[in-house]
This record gives sequence, structure tokens and C-alpha cells, in this order.
Amino acid sequence: MSVKKYTDAEIRLIAKDIRKKSIEMVYSASSGHPGGSLSIADILAVLYFREMNVNPENPVDPDRDLLVMSKGHASPALYATLSLRGFFPTTLLPGFRKISSKLEGHVHFGVPGVEASTGSLGQGLGIAVGMAIASKLDSKKNRVYAIIGDGEIEEGSIWESFMAASKYRLDNLTVIIDRNGVQLDGFTDQIMPLPNIPERLRAFGWNVIEIDGHNIAEITASLKKARETKGVPTFIYARTVKGKGVSYMENNPKYHGSPPGSEDLYQQALMELEAGA
Amino acid sequence: MKGNTESLREAYGEEIARLGEADRDIVVLDADLSTSTKTSIFGSKFPERFFNMGISEQSMVATAAGLALSGKKVYASTFSVFLMRTYEQLRQSVCYNNVNAKFVVTHAGITVGEDGATHQIVEDVGIMSGLPNMSVVVPVDSVETKSVIRYLHDHTNTPYYVRLTREKFPVLNGPDYEFEPGRSTTFRDGSDMTIIANGAMVSFSLDAAELLKTKGIDARVINMASVKPMDREAVIKAARETGRIVTAEEHSIYNGLGSRVCEITADAYPVRVSRVGMKDTFGKSGKSWELFDYFHMGVNDIARISEELFREENRYESIS
Repeated sequence: MSVKKYTDAEIRLIAKDIRKKSIEMVYSASSGHPGGSLSIADILAVLYFREMNVNPENPVDPDRDLLVMSKGHASPALYATLSLRGFFPTTLLPGFRKISSKLEGHVHFGVPGVEASTGSLGQGLGIAVGMAIASKLDSKKNRVYAIIGDGEIEEGSIWESFMAASKYRLDNLTVIIDRNGVQLDGFTDQIMPLPNIPERLRAFGWNVIEIDGHNIAEITASLKKARETKGVPTFIYARTVKGKGVSYMENNPKYHGSPPGSEDLYQQALMELEAGA
Repeated sequence: MKGNTESLREAYGEEIARLGEADRDIVVLDADLSTSTKTSIFGSKFPERFFNMGISEQSMVATAAGLALSGKKVYASTFSVFLMRTYEQLRQSVCYNNVNAKFVVTHAGITVGEDGATHQIVEDVGIMSGLPNMSVVVPVDSVETKSVIRYLHDHTNTPYYVRLTREKFPVLNGPDYEFEPGRSTTFRDGSDMTIIANGAMVSFSLDAAELLKTKGIDARVINMASVKPMDREAVIKAARETGRIVTAEEHSIYNGLGSRVCEITADAYPVRVSRVGMKDTFGKSGKSWELFDYFHMGVNDIARISEELFREENRYESIS
């Protein structure tokens, strides 16, 4: 766990900073994925500034908690979080997606604090399963986290990994789904309807917790409950808003993978985020 | 097959179980084929380090990447044809992260025999060779298989694809043989031409060289188990010293051993190359050794194709 104790208000300020930096990065790069970065910012803030045991002084500390960003297009939010947590200077963030930078368009293993390259959907959860098995073999007390998208679970490989985590009773594994209801081509309900996700996961043998993915107290409580659950992996069903905090991006599939289209829209996004809760 | 034959997959199963005794970091994964791939030997000895992932190859490969990222030495097995459905997991999770995971697959090529075309993959070496960071090995016998597994464990920490077969193959290497990536073995020296082969095709090529000898053609035979990296110097030396090359592989003539030999000769020392292998086609059911003749890849075919190349070249020489 983080050494400094942050209040909920401070965590919210960090999440705001993650959002603003995400917008700055995609605007500077003229490309990238703002929607799914804004939806996951609160969860990342709680994980990295309250819940997870990570050490920016030694990013490969053998006892650290591990997080795999299976929805690897949320790279702006993860990079911003890691830099704010001290893994690398925030001055490097404008290099995002540029040829001189390590900050690849999708989450990249070479960046301090990143545990695995991801970007092709459906694979990061399997990587996290392998990490959780390895921790069990080594009798480690660390925890493994995977963040998956609600479009991503249309990949069959995700369900293979759900089975495996259940079989191997990976109670050191917590999976958080960013349930924002939007994917690249439209709304998940229309592209490939998948109702009753919590029931499906319970049927797969998981401990399921449903939360508001923008409520700091609920996020915190769910992660604690996951930590205390023995014998089964935990699935946190986090209801979120795609593009959270920028009015014209919220619930708009266009901003799954497009930056603000003009300087005015860019300034509006930053202003709205600054003014937001 | 004649002579003393031994199973390559049993050699793998025994060797990884032996290595597993001393090295507790070795973990083995399978996808419901462990009694066929022989990872079951490891599984019964070390059940706590053996993970049967079910018929879920994508999950197996991604999990292998995660275990390796956490410092485990991972060996994952299934039939070659089924690993191919995980190309993208291999690309992104394994090769891009450049992890210490080995994919030792069995039942590759047409020697699966009766199971037929659906299971006879002849494209895999090409698919795997195209992946950055992936190395590709096609062992010739049980001795080489054990040596490969030992070498990979002792000296490497990057992804490997090791291609094994259902059938037993003749033992061609002596007990002291030691595999090294990028190093070939010359099983027979010769000056008129060189047959570069791997896997099942090496013993066929040695028999073909005997036939060629009766016709006054002196053929060198090289075992090129390490397809990637390839023994470039041996290929160039064969081109320079013997002037003609025949390649022989239990694989498509596209994107495999033959193609890679052509790349080297075209690049460094152009000579005529004839390729023996599957010609852009699927296999079929049959006894595995019948299939080599059916697809014009048997001993007589290698000898005939080699002789044609030899005579053709001589014809050009006599005209000039």
C-alpha cells in the first residue's frame, strides 16, 4: 500500500490530473483513446495511490503488486498515473505516440511501472492469470490486478482466462471491468449484447462486486473486499461513463479513439475537467 | 522407418521432467494433450508445477507469458496445428514482451498420418519464423531433441518454437552431440551438391545420397535443425564448394527451410536451389510413410530431383 495516506478528496484531485494529462497527451499526439482513459481514471487513482504496493524507486521490487492493463488503449491514463506516482517525470508525457519516445501508442513494457505490453484485446487477463499463478507458486503475498474493457470481453480468450482463474482458485487476482457501455463502432448493447455480466461471472465461479466506478469510497471498499476474499478470484463490475468529465465525449463512441478535433474543443475539455468534481 | 528409431516427444517429456527435478522454476503447460505431447511425464512428477489449461490454447499462451514475466521458465505444449490459432498471443504477449517461454509442439507435418489434412500442419515453420524474437528449431532425432531442451533451459531466456512429430525418427546423432542455435551438422560430406534438410527429411536425404552415389554424384547432407537463426556460413560454404543445393523439409516449400536457404544464397552466393516439400497444398489421410511418396517427398524423389539439378547444371556447362 501507498506510504502516504490520501483522503478521498485528494484521490479525486489525482484522478482529475490523470484525466487532464490524458487529454493533453492525445491532443498533442493528434491521436489516441481518450474515452476509455477518462472512464478508468478514478479506479487507477485509487489503485496506485491507495491500494497497490508499488515502489517507484524500485519498479521491479519482487514483492510489488502487479497490474496488467488488458485494455491497452487506455495507455494515456496508465502513463499519466505512473508518472504522477513517480515512476518517470511528467515532462515525458508529451512524447506520447511520438517517434523519440518510449510512450508507445498502446501500453508498452519498456515504460517504468508497466508490467506487460498490451494492446491487442483479450490477452492481458491471461497474462495476469500467469502472474497470479507464479505468485502462488512462490508463496508471495502480493496481489495481481487486471483491468479489462467491456468491449474486450467479446474476445473468447477472455472467457478462457475466466475459466482458468477459477480453476486455479486465484484469490490473489482482482479483475476490474470498465463497464462504460461504449466500444469503437458504437454501443456494446448493439455491437454484441452481453447482458447480465455479473451473473455470468458468478456462474464462472468468481466473487463479483458491483460498484460505481467513479465513486472513490466504493472503489476502495471493493478492492478491500477482494483482498479479504479467499479461495476464488474477484471480479469488480465497475459501472463507468465513457469520456467521463468532458461533456461532448461522454457516451460518445466517436471519442473511443479520437482526440479533441480543434483547439476550442481541447480547451473546453480541459476547462470542464478542471471545473468538475 | 528403418534403423533404430526413437520418439522425439518422449525425449522431450523425459528431458523436461529430468530438468524439473533440479530447477523448481520450470513450469509446464498443456492444452488437454499432455498424454500425447508427453508433458504428462512432468505432470505426474510435479503436479503443482503442471497446468492443464484445457482446450484453451489462447489462454495457455497468454498465461505462459504471464508466468514468464514473473520469472518462471515456461514450457507450453500442444499439437503444432493448434498452437497456430494463438499466433497473435505469441506475437503480442510472448514475442513483443520477449519472455522466457518455450513452445514445444508435437504432431507437426504429414507424419501425423491417418488424422489427415486438418491436423497435418505444413505452414508452421514459416508462421513462427516471421515473428521477431522467436527462434525456430526442427530437431532430427531424440538425441537432438533432448539436447535442444537442455540448451534452451541452460542458455536462453527468449521465446523458442520447437517442432516435434508424432512418429519416431531414426537416431542419427551420437550420444555426445550438443545442439547450438545457428549451427548445422554435416552428416555426410560431398562435393557435387548439397542436400540441406531437417526433421524426418534428413534420414531420407542420407538414403538419397546413397542412391546418387551409385550414379556417380557425390552429395553433401546437412542437418539444419536451427531454422532461425540459420547456419548462414554452412549454406554459403555449400553454395561455394558444391555449386548446387537441394532443400528437403516436411513442410511447405514456401516460408520454411527451403525459402530461408534461398534467401541466404540470393543474398550472398547465388546458386541453383531445388526445394523438396509440400507444394502449397494440404495433406491427406494415409500411413505417414506412404504420404512422403504421395507428395513426391520420399527418398526416390529427393534423389531424382537432385539428379535433375545436377544434370541440368552439367548440360549448361557442356554448352558453354
